[in-house]
Amino acid sequence: MDSIFLYSSMFLALLMVLSLYRGVFGPTVADRMIGVNAIGSKTTVLLILIGLVYHRVDMFVDIALAYAMLNFIAVLAASRYFQKRKGLYDEA
Amino acid sequence: MDVVVVLFLFAGLFFFTGGAIGILRFPDFYSRLHPAGKLDTLGLLLSMIALALFNLHHFSLGTVLTSAKIIIIVVFVFLASPTATHAIVDAGVRAGLGPWTKGEQRR
Amino acid sequence: MDGQGEEGLASKGSRTGSGNGSAGAEAQPRRLYFYPFFLTFIIMFVVWVFLSGKFDPFHMSLGLVSCAIVSYLSADLLFPSRVTKGAFGQWLRFVKYIPWLLIQIVKASLHVTYLVFHPRMMDLIDPRIIKFRSKLTSDLALVTFANSITLTPGTITVYVSVDGDFKVHAIDKASGDPLPGEMEAKISKTFGEV
Repeated sequence: MDSIFLYSSMFLALLMVLSLYRGVFGPTVADRMIGVNAIGSKTTVLLILIGLVYHRVDMFVDIALAYAMLNFIAVLAASRYFQKRKGLYDEA
Repeated sequence: MDVVVVLFLFAGLFFFTGGAIGILRFPDFYSRLHPAGKLDTLGLLLSMIALALFNLHHFSLGTVLTSAKIIIIVVFVFLASPTATHAIVDAGVRAGLGPWTKGEQRR
Repeated sequence: MDGQGEEGLASKGSRTGSGNGSAGAEAQPRRLYFYPFFLTFIIMFVVWVFLSGKFDPFHMSLGLVSCAIVSYLSADLLFPSRVTKGAFGQWLRFVKYIPWLLIQIVKASLHVTYLVFHPRMMDLIDPRIIKFRSKLTSDLALVTFANSITLTPGTITVYVSVDGDFKVHAIDKASGDPLPGEMEAKISKTFGEV
């Protein structure tokens, strides 16, 4: 079972790299926010998988909860910040 | 029991894959939000159910609490994810991004 | 389109909260103020017990004190309306609404996943913005409706006004067509609006 969790974590990390492409090269700032949000929701699962691999789920579940909240607040703050700026679309 | 766990986990990973590929393939910002905000949410629900079930193998008070916390994460994400999606859409609308329609160049 | 986005979900929630909070606190007698405080306290304490997982007197008393402080400060945020009559039945109906929503989410997710993996995806999708007017009136029902639309893959709420004007971005014709339809009927039944 441990190896299944390990390979699932590696697969999730691969998916995060794919999302990172949108985060780095996205044509607009909003696209980058989408990429960062997608990475965050995958990280929440990844943290619990890491906890299961290390047999310390009770510790990692708190980290995952805090990370989910932090990700939500980060996206809200970023979108509030960038919607005040004009010319979002032109920024390549 | 293990079979159910693996089934749920792989279903979750399948939806995560759909989300990641969708972010890359869709033509513009609005349509990219569809896989990003929601396939990810469903994938998180399924894989978290699998992990919470697996965690209940050694049944005790501690593991029940840990599984309950995992379910709390799912509930929180189900409340937060539409709000985050709405915030991103709002930022895009105010910045004047027009939606992509059929036949245009992909952005 | 600029400027009118001011009436989004976030600002709507804060407006009702502050408006009802200041008006209700002066108009209503003191004993009614106790009820939302008590409910908030119970919810906070249940969450505390789940998160801490320690049952010795020291941690429990810490939890009691901090939950009391937090629920005193924010009792009017969680229950802004003070109208607690029939709230329990509403919650019960809301819990019955969730499984239907989950089934819809799974069905629509499979549709979007099919679109994502389709080789000729660009021919299949046909993004459009749909405008319609909802019959729902209360804030909670409108927010639930908007969040349900966003959670169902294939549709995203772009804009909601207090009066129930919706702008929805749909990925193709098939996922946009069933709106408002059945989901609105379910929600208006859940929140007791006819």
